[in-house]
Amino acid sequence: MKNTRSLSLHVPEPQCRPGDAPDFSGLMLADAGAAPRPDVSTSPHEMRDLAYSLVRVLDDEGRAVGPWDPKLDADTLRRGLAAMVLTRTFDERMYRAQRQGKTSFYMKCTGEEAIACAQALVLDREDMCFPTYRQQGLLITRGYPLVDMMNQIYSNAKDPIKGRQLPIMYSTKEFGFFTISGNLGTQYPQAVGWAMASAYKGDDKIAAAWIGDGATAEGDFHQAMVFAGVYRAPVILNIVNNQWAISSFQGFAGGELTTFAARAVGYGLPALRVDGNDFLAVHAATQWAAERARSNLGATIIEFYTYRAAQHSTSDDPARYRPGDEFDHWPLGDPITRLKQHLIALGEWDDARHEQLEKDCVEQVKAAGKESEAIGTLGQSRPSVKEMFEDVFETPDWRLRRQRQEVGV
Amino acid sequence: MAQMNMIQALNSALDVKLSDDPNVLTFGEDAGYFGGVFRVNEGLQKKHGLTRCFDAPIAEGGIVAAAIGMGVYGVRPVVEIQFADYIYPAYDQLVSEAAKIRYRSGGEFTVPITVRSPYGGGIFGGQTHSQSPESLFTHIAGLKTVIPSNPYDAKGLLISCIEDNDPVLFFEPKRIYNGPFDGWHENPVQPWTGHPLAEVPEGHYTVPLGKARVMKEGADVTVLAYGTMVWVSLAAAEWAGVDAEVIDLRTLVPLDIDTIVESVKKTGRCVIAHEAPRTSGFGAELSALVQEHCFHHLEAPIERVTGWDTPYPHAFEWDYFPGPKRVGEALKRAMEG
Repeated sequence: MKNTRSLSLHVPEPQCRPGDAPDFSGLMLADAGAAPRPDVSTSPHEMRDLAYSLVRVLDDEGRAVGPWDPKLDADTLRRGLAAMVLTRTFDERMYRAQRQGKTSFYMKCTGEEAIACAQALVLDREDMCFPTYRQQGLLITRGYPLVDMMNQIYSNAKDPIKGRQLPIMYSTKEFGFFTISGNLGTQYPQAVGWAMASAYKGDDKIAAAWIGDGATAEGDFHQAMVFAGVYRAPVILNIVNNQWAISSFQGFAGGELTTFAARAVGYGLPALRVDGNDFLAVHAATQWAAERARSNLGATIIEFYTYRAAQHSTSDDPARYRPGDEFDHWPLGDPITRLKQHLIALGEWDDARHEQLEKDCVEQVKAAGKESEAIGTLGQSRPSVKEMFEDVFETPDWRLRRQRQEVGV
Repeated sequence: MAQMNMIQALNSALDVKLSDDPNVLTFGEDAGYFGGVFRVNEGLQKKHGLTRCFDAPIAEGGIVAAAIGMGVYGVRPVVEIQFADYIYPAYDQLVSEAAKIRYRSGGEFTVPITVRSPYGGGIFGGQTHSQSPESLFTHIAGLKTVIPSNPYDAKGLLISCIEDNDPVLFFEPKRIYNGPFDGWHENPVQPWTGHPLAEVPEGHYTVPLGKARVMKEGADVTVLAYGTMVWVSLAAAEWAGVDAEVIDLRTLVPLDIDTIVESVKKTGRCVIAHEAPRTSGFGAELSALVQEHCFHHLEAPIERVTGWDTPYPHAFEWDYFPGPKRVGEALKRAMEG
């Protein structure tokens, strides 16, 4: 006879669903300036608390406070703000382009601009970035031509990757931006390998990788952490926790149980948990991790706490699984608004200049759009069909040559 | 020239490349200090240093992913997957990444890596120490698949793989590491000692990828084989008393179609032999290619002698393994057809 109670299966549920009032009361936040800033040589076990805290620099009044203030000059701050505004403007334009049928697909990074844009300012152009599909801010901040991004999105005759990839899966070696894969998480241990090679060669370059909260559940995440720790690889492993993996809230990646930064503790790696909407905190944390990596002290895990303000992609409708106004209640706000407020508080910015910046960005995107659309949008223009058979191998084998002949190109 | 078995020949290939190219390094589970469970990396760490030959965590996906990242950086890792049966955790990295990075990046990023892995049965390895997963890789655009059958080719092919700028799967038939097993399992094992193909140059040489080797010329029927099955096929021809032309394919991708077609056009008959299960095995591709290229020359149906469509069993080793008798009977059938 069974005399124990029946078990029950726990299936995580987000706080709020469509129709509910957004509720972020349960978040583990911290005040700006509260988190200590250890020396980069601090042993991971001495800084475990940071995995459960939140590094924040900008307070509610837009002042930079505490030990993590990177003390950036006004020009750098304005450069960061401009990169974020340009990224958002680009996203809006390309989202519309998809709705107009000019391309098949697009993904915005709205609300997450501070992460890629601030990090791009810290990392050297020679450092290799292993991004996901939501770090377009890296390219934009590094000055990759918008028209090349659009050509890729339109798969037109000037698409740098020759019409072979889904829109937004950019690739550019020159800009230290590793070819994006549709397979989630794969780039994470690859970045560790790249960093291992840099160390093996006695080079001074470091690698950086990005992964979303959802994809931390992939085995690749675990392997990257193990390899990064074991071989003390000079890599920055960023986790962008935007609360949502398509329709699944971060609880399905284990986020109900602990922080994502805390995953690092078990691997003996140092972790920082950072306000991802705070440009200064993102900059400072990345600087810390880069210095640590460059000092041959190994990898750092950084969880950026943020919110995916937009749809997952143009194929997604978030109103079906979360409150429509959730982002308006997000306690960490909007990264652009916060940096703007900071610059204004410093007396280095004003509403008129901001308006002008927004206008300039629109013009810049418009001009790139005109140039790219003149080459052609999806279906109106494409690279030669010959390109379908190239680059499978360095040299095509007889099968590829014959198949190309079959197609008649 | 020196007498080497396959393990020594492979070790020599790695030694040569570690010596002549500072970008070559090798790692895998137990592949560093200990020198590998099959001794292929023996002495390499001591000779070339800790960072040139080292041990890896037990994580096949991580091993291949790290190798990919290294290859993208510009070095040439040779990694070991202890048994081909354990390559599946790395399948996503091989199929979705290594195979496609050159293509999807418009040729900007490349993956010059070699993944070595002991494969094949005939050793009472049971389900997870006997598999032949080659067709899971030959199906993938962007991957090359190489399988040697003797010490001379093993070294020359491995050097070619390491020097190749594309990702290569290098499957080593562990049954013939120490001697050319012909499938007559009741007979004492023959070592490589004294075999002409165990005469291996000590320095650098290559065996080109994409070139088959005609192991034995013959007029009556063409046998397409690779790995251990090359030796089984030779024994089978002798047992059946058939004048077979035995071709060791050596590389499955890129495949030496010309040598195959030339031979089948000459003999008019074709038997394909591999250890892997039949359905969707590489033999199916070979059969289709022979049919497409040699239809008017064929005088009999193409025969496939393969492992059964079952997991690789332990107690039924010799009922499963396509030995010389089964291959020989297929040769006879082909001659009658």
